[in-house]
Amino acid sequence: MSIKSKELTLISPDGRRLDGRRPDEIRELKIKAGILENADGSAYVEQGNTKIYAAVYGPREVHPRHLALPNRAVIRCRYHMTPFSVEERKSPAPTRREIELSKVIREALTPAIIVEQFPSSAIDVFIEVINADGSTRCASIIAASVALASAGIPMKDLVAACSVGKINGVLVLDVTDVEDKYGEVDMPFAMMPNRNEITLLQLDGILGPEEIEKAISMAAKACKEIYEKQKSALKERYIELRKTVEEGFRT
Amino acid sequence: MDLLSSGRRVDGRGLEDLRPVEIRCRSVKNAEGSAEVRLGKTLAIAGVKTSIGTPFADTPDMGVMIVNAEFLPIASPTFEPGPPDENAIELARVIDRGLRRAEMIDLKQLCIVPGKAVWEVWIDIHALNHDGNLMDASALAAVAAILTAEVPKAMVNEKGEVTINKSERQRLPIKSIPITVTMAKIGDKLVVDPNLDEEEVADAFLTATFVDDKVCAIQKRGERGLTAEETMKALQIARQKAHELLKTVREVVGGG
Repeated sequence: MSIKSKELTLISPDGRRLDGRRPDEIRELKIKAGILENADGSAYVEQGNTKIYAAVYGPREVHPRHLALPNRAVIRCRYHMTPFSVEERKSPAPTRREIELSKVIREALTPAIIVEQFPSSAIDVFIEVINADGSTRCASIIAASVALASAGIPMKDLVAACSVGKINGVLVLDVTDVEDKYGEVDMPFAMMPNRNEITLLQLDGILGPEEIEKAISMAAKACKEIYEKQKSALKERYIELRKTVEEGFRT
Repeated sequence: MDLLSSGRRVDGRGLEDLRPVEIRCRSVKNAEGSAEVRLGKTLAIAGVKTSIGTPFADTPDMGVMIVNAEFLPIASPTFEPGPPDENAIELARVIDRGLRRAEMIDLKQLCIVPGKAVWEVWIDIHALNHDGNLMDASALAAVAAILTAEVPKAMVNEKGEVTINKSERQRLPIKSIPITVTMAKIGDKLVVDPNLDEEEVADAFLTATFVDDKVCAIQKRGERGLTAEETMKALQIARQKAHELLKTVREVVGGG
């Protein structure tokens, strides 16, 4: 039942993955909201060894002006990896992958934002991957949603995200870099959990229709878990802020 | 929307009807392979060029495949000159994933001298007229160009030097034929092969690439979401359409 690839056993006979997780377990997730001072909203996410900063600036004026839309906000997103985030140093120049990911992440977040509330303005989302260990676009979406909410931008829902992989025929949640490289499938997924709307869905690998249905349901369940963590992070931040305001009144 | 509720689209099509498909192969003499595809009024052309190159370090016995797409001003008043934008990059990468995961070209057979010399297959897609669904037209053009490409033979002499014999041609080693189908969600309706007007009002798109009844690539696009039910329904309809398109490809190309 195990698969060996370059001396690696990705999943053991009793269903344990390299890091000991079961197929339907996601990595330990830490989320901290409001971590960057200058940004209107921000978040830091650690999902296993994947570490990501997200910052939101906006709503603010659109520069260049001709890109502004008269009846809604323009959402811009930049997904970028630091040169030291990967094993072989990556040039800081945007790669085709980063350009594609910036687009899919933007399209994963936009459905949640009430864009009509801010005509002729821009909401800019910046994502920096500090350390990449698989599922970076999902962790980015987790961080960016929290950053958007912490910026006070009105949202229909938060967006939670989780990837699904396939190792030796077994569907697994939240793939690491090794599981992505040597596994059979990578399916990044994001949804608005309260509205049951999928806002990101990609597949790179071969799956039958029943497997896709199962993968979607596994990912949706994980997203509900992640959603609770996102809400807690925002609540924690609100409590922090309230304390500093109250202390300010006392002095 | 009222029209859609009665199962018809502005151009008269049913919700699950493709536009008329026309595939013309091998019109570009200087390219090893080429195909022009018309999907209604949308026109895309793909060219295949081969050259000898060095393999990637982690796959010394495999050939190299590169897919590039250009959305140039010739195709639409909305396209600007310059390097590929996010839409062109996304299209190229989605088509690349479909071809690569389906293993359409058997890259192992493109190895000439392991670790030193392999065939590089360059697939360049140019949009010529954008009337919606450049994705499917481009994917079809790429597939048809690859199927009908005639590439030179490479020979290695006793000194290990590689020479190309341009007068002796052979087909690329093909393992499968992936077919890409895009669905658009307009309100609560799903339509196949959106034209330009439909693309402009659509909430979301689901592109899926099929090989042997399984899915090897998916890309959701658009600024709105889809429910899981809509996603599964879209995949189901797309799968049937992929069958139809595969038949058309086989008729035009002859076998494979």
